[in-house]
Amino acid sequence: MSTATLPHLPGQSGKGARILIGLAVGLTLVFIAAPLAFIFVRAFAQGWQVYAANILHPATVHAIWLTTLVAIIVVPVNVAFGIAAAWAVAKHRFPGRGILVTLIEIPFSISPIIAGICYLLLYGRQGILGPWLQANDIQVVFALPGIVLVTMFVTAPFVAREVLPLMQAQGTEQEQAAVTLGANGWQIFTRVTLPNIKWALLYGAVLCTARAVGEFGGVSVVSGNIRGQTNTLPLHVELLFNDLNAVGAFAAASTLTLIAVVALVVKTILEGRKDAGH
Amino acid sequence: MSISISGLTKRFGQTDVLRGIELGVDKGELVALLGPSGSGKTTLLKIIAGLEWPDAGRLAVDGQDWLQLAAQDRRIGFVFQHYALFPHMKVRDNLAFGLSVRPRAERPGKAVIKAKVDELLHFLQIDHLADRFPAQLSGGQRQRVALGRALAIEPKVLLLDEPFGALDAAIRRDLRRWLRGVHDATGSTTIFVTHDQEEAFELADRVVVMGEGQIAQIGNADAIHDHPATPFVARFMGATVELPVTLLAGRAEGAGLDLSALPRRALPDGAGRLFARPEDITPVPDAGAPWRIVSRTSTGAHLRLVLRHPELGEAETEVSRRAVRAETLIADAPVRLKIDAGTIFPADRHISAASASTRPHIPQKEKTR
Repeated sequence: MSTATLPHLPGQSGKGARILIGLAVGLTLVFIAAPLAFIFVRAFAQGWQVYAANILHPATVHAIWLTTLVAIIVVPVNVAFGIAAAWAVAKHRFPGRGILVTLIEIPFSISPIIAGICYLLLYGRQGILGPWLQANDIQVVFALPGIVLVTMFVTAPFVAREVLPLMQAQGTEQEQAAVTLGANGWQIFTRVTLPNIKWALLYGAVLCTARAVGEFGGVSVVSGNIRGQTNTLPLHVELLFNDLNAVGAFAAASTLTLIAVVALVVKTILEGRKDAGH
Repeated sequence: MSISISGLTKRFGQTDVLRGIELGVDKGELVALLGPSGSGKTTLLKIIAGLEWPDAGRLAVDGQDWLQLAAQDRRIGFVFQHYALFPHMKVRDNLAFGLSVRPRAERPGKAVIKAKVDELLHFLQIDHLADRFPAQLSGGQRQRVALGRALAIEPKVLLLDEPFGALDAAIRRDLRRWLRGVHDATGSTTIFVTHDQEEAFELADRVVVMGEGQIAQIGNADAIHDHPATPFVARFMGATVELPVTLLAGRAEGAGLDLSALPRRALPDGAGRLFARPEDITPVPDAGAPWRIVSRTSTGAHLRLVLRHPELGEAETEVSRRAVRAETLIADAPVRLKIDAGTIFPADRHISAASASTRPHIPQKEKTR
C-alpha cells in the first residue's frame, strides 16, 4: 500500500478530516454493523443445527412463504400503478393533476398503523363494508387480502416516485416523434417510453420489494397474527421473541436481513445504471 | 402534396396563438415560416403535423381533410429542434423505427427494412454512424439522423421545427445546403420554422412572415426586404429607424430629411411614417438642419452614428467610412438625413399604437421552448 497523500482542499486540515471520517466509521459500526452482526451471532448461538431446525420449523417456513407471496402480488401491482400514475402526470395535462401527485405521496406521510386501522374500519367485521363482505363470504381482514391491501397501500409511492421525475425530465418530444412516425399507443409505450425508464423502474421495484417484505405496523393491525396462517416474517419474529425463543427469532430475522442486504446490493448496482442513463 | 390551409385559429387559454391563417403550399415547394418567438409559427407547424389541433379552420392535403386524420395516419416527417432521437436505439434502429411500427400487413420484411436503412444512411452521408447511439453523436450528426428517421417513412410532407436552432453557425450553414440538396433530391413538400431571416431566405422558395398569430407577408427575400407589407414586417426586417413624414401628392417630406431618393407612392395625403434601416440613412453636414450627432463610433469599415432631433428623439445610422467625408461627421455637428431607401406607411391608428421608437427585439440565438 502506498501512502500517497490525498489532495486536500485549501483550509482543510488532514487531522480534522480524519476525525470526521473516524466518527462516521465509528457510528456506522455501532449503529448499523454491530446490530446486523449481532443478529447472526444470536441466530447461530447454539450452532448450525439449531439454526436450521428453527428456520425449517413449519410456522417459520409458512411465514417466509406468506411474506414472499405478498411481495409477489404487491410489487407487480405497484409497478403497474407507478408507471400508469407517472405517465398520466408527466405526459398529460388534466384537471386534478396536482391532487393526483399529492395522493400518490400520501402513504409516505401516513403512519402504516393508521393505514391498517383504516382498512380494519372499512373491511372488518364491524366495518362499513363488513356486513356485505360477510354476506358474500369474503374475508379481507385477518386474511391474505387484508395483508396484501395494506402492504400495497404502504408501498404504493415507491415506483411512481422514482419514475415520475425521470419522465418529467424527458418530456414528450420522443413520444411525439414516435406518433409522427406512425406508432400506436402501445408501440410508443413499449418501444420508446419504457426503455427510457427501465433502470429507474427496476430501482423503484427493488425499493418497493424491500419495503413490502419488511412492512410491520400496518400488517400487524389487519393480519390477526394467526401462527401458520396470517403471520408474515416480521410479525413472526416478534411472535417468537415474545415466546422467549431468542434463537428462533434471530434465525427468522436473519432471513429478513439477508433479503435486505441483497436488495441493498441490487439497489446500489441499479443506482449506477440509472445515473449513467443506459 | 399540396397543402391548403384556411381560417385556422387556435387559442391557448386567454391567448390567441393563431388568428385566421390562410396559406397554400404547392407540391415540391420548400416554404419557411419566419417570425419572432410567440408569432404562432411552431403551433401552425404542429397543427399540420397533427400534434396540435386548431379551434377552427380547415387543413386539406391533396383535397383530403387532415383534421379528420390522426397524426399516426398522416404520414408526415417531423424534425424537432432538439432532435428527439430515441437514446436507447442505435442510429440504424432509429432510422428503421417508422417502418418497423407499421401494422403487420403493411410492414416490410426485415431484409427490406435493412436495405432501406442502408440506402438512407448512404444518401444522408452518415454510413459511418450506423452503429452508434445518439449520445455518441455531435449535434449536427444527430440532426442528420433525425431527418433520416423522418424520411424513412417516405413522408408526404416534411415538417421541420427550428431544425438548426441548437447548432453552431458554421454547422448551420453546412446543414442548410445539405437540407436543400435532400429536399431537391426527394421532391418532398417541405415546411420549416425558423426565426433566422438568413436561414429562411437562403433555404426557402417562399418565405411566410408571421407575427402575432397572423401571416404578415408571403414572398421571396427581395420582395420582403424592399417592400415590407406592414410596419411589423419592416421592423422585423431591420428597419429600426421610424420617423414621422408628411405626404403630399405621393411625395414625402420630413423635418431635416432628404427624401428625394424615394420613389413616389400611391398614398393618400397627410401624415405618414417612414421605416428605414440604419445603413440606408446617410447624414449630410448642413448648418441649418435640426439633427445633431450625439455619438460617433468607428468599427474601421463603418461609422455608427447616433443622431438627435430636438422633438423627434434619436435615430441611428451606419455608413461606410470611406463613402462619406468622415472628418466632417463629428460630435455635435448639424446634419440632415438623406434616406436612400425606406418604406412609408400612412400614420393611421394602427401604426401609432405600436410605439414609434421601440426597436423590435430580434434575438438571433433564441430557443423557442
